[in-house]
Amino acid sequence: MPHSVTGGLAISKPLFRLGVSPTLRLLAVILLGLVLMALDHRVNELQAVRSILGTLTHPLQIAVDAPVRAASRVLDSFTSREDLITENRILRSENAQLRARQLRFEALQQENDRLRALLSTAEQAEERVQIAKLLAVDLDPFRQQIVLNKGKRDDVYVGQPVINADGVIGQVLSTRLNSSIALLVSDPAHALPVLSARTGLRGLVVGTGNPQRLEMRHVPLQEDVEPGELLLTSGLGGRFPADLPVARVVSVERLQGQPFLSIKAEPLAALDRSREVLLLWTDGITPLVDPINADAASDGNTGSQDPEPATSPDQP
Amino acid sequence: MTRSIGIPWPVLGTLLVALALAIIPIPEALRPARPEWLALAMIYWAMAFPSRIGILTAFAAGLLLDALLGQLLGQNAIALAVMTYIVLQIHPRLRVYPIWQQMIVVSILIGLYKLLALWPQGITGYPPGSVLYWLPIITSALVWPLVFLLLRDLRRHWLLHLT
Repeated sequence: MPHSVTGGLAISKPLFRLGVSPTLRLLAVILLGLVLMALDHRVNELQAVRSILGTLTHPLQIAVDAPVRAASRVLDSFTSREDLITENRILRSENAQLRARQLRFEALQQENDRLRALLSTAEQAEERVQIAKLLAVDLDPFRQQIVLNKGKRDDVYVGQPVINADGVIGQVLSTRLNSSIALLVSDPAHALPVLSARTGLRGLVVGTGNPQRLEMRHVPLQEDVEPGELLLTSGLGGRFPADLPVARVVSVERLQGQPFLSIKAEPLAALDRSREVLLLWTDGITPLVDPINADAASDGNTGSQDPEPATSPDQP
Repeated sequence: MTRSIGIPWPVLGTLLVALALAIIPIPEALRPARPEWLALAMIYWAMAFPSRIGILTAFAAGLLLDALLGQLLGQNAIALAVMTYIVLQIHPRLRVYPIWQQMIVVSILIGLYKLLALWPQGITGYPPGSVLYWLPIITSALVWPLVFLLLRDLRRHWLLHLT
């Protein structure tokens, strides 16, 4: 068939190209692609393939990231001396304050441990934190994901909480050798079990695709929620430790004919602006409800926390 | 015989550059308008070297794009492979079209590519849900003359001996 298409050039073309026709090749490739997509979506078996591909493409990400980083470094070197001195002074005073608070925190922690020992409950897990930088690369513009410069080599694991100094950012979606992709809490596929700091009301915070906007779902109409309320992680999903700040409620509406409140919240961490995030290692978080954990383990989806925790408050 | 299998390195280079352009950071507001660089490069090379650059190349490149963008594996790969298949079918005509006519064909091809990439997203539950998703059709067609002239110069400079 190609002979007729290309006319005179056909003589120089090898015969064996006729072996597999483009149509057959296309069909094979489509089949392979469909299998890949199904596996990638349904079961998490493809983490290995994803990780290999991610590691292969990592040099490209570095190549894109490096000039951007260099440019920002050059810009940094132009900051005036006065600015640096002011910044230094601010940081120093902040550091002093934080240290003082840390002293108190350690005393409290010890007291807490002692009391827990008296009550013979489990001790709180030791937490390890590491700073990760964002690679300056863009992902799918319609998803809320970021690339971090820490990967398997730094013990990053899938489902690991990602936070910054202000609050929860998201969780690790897939890991490669030297980098990982994290899903932000603002992604529509992300759901996070939270509780209200004021009333202890439990709910589910779901992303909207807009980095400045989250929604709290499945809160019955008669519940007491007010704008300005702080939402903390409840720890029910088994991935995030409890009591990390997540968002602040912006507006509460009672829509006609809806069984639930329409609650809009604003994430505390600047999701689209932070350049550095913290990875949290929380060994031995014990989920309060076992089935959730079992569900999360077999969950082949995009790694979002299951909606199950949200239904638990409704259950008698 | 072995001369016509294997991808010449300038082609590989441009595909890598296209992949890099797909993830290079640009202002948030412009992100939905980013041209589909990889698809454009694939259209050109499939048109120029239909016997070397084909469906398998498109599939492999699309898979890398999926990994880079953090999308469902296979989503861009299938879309790119189908698009390349059509280019392979129409390449003799596409070659002799004037640029403006090529731009129209390119916008149709990119539209098909975006449509094919949309389906898996819809099935897995997270469609973009915005008309901005289709913006690359226009921007890709607009940058096509640039891509075409650049790659043609590159081909004439380095790859004149190939068919």
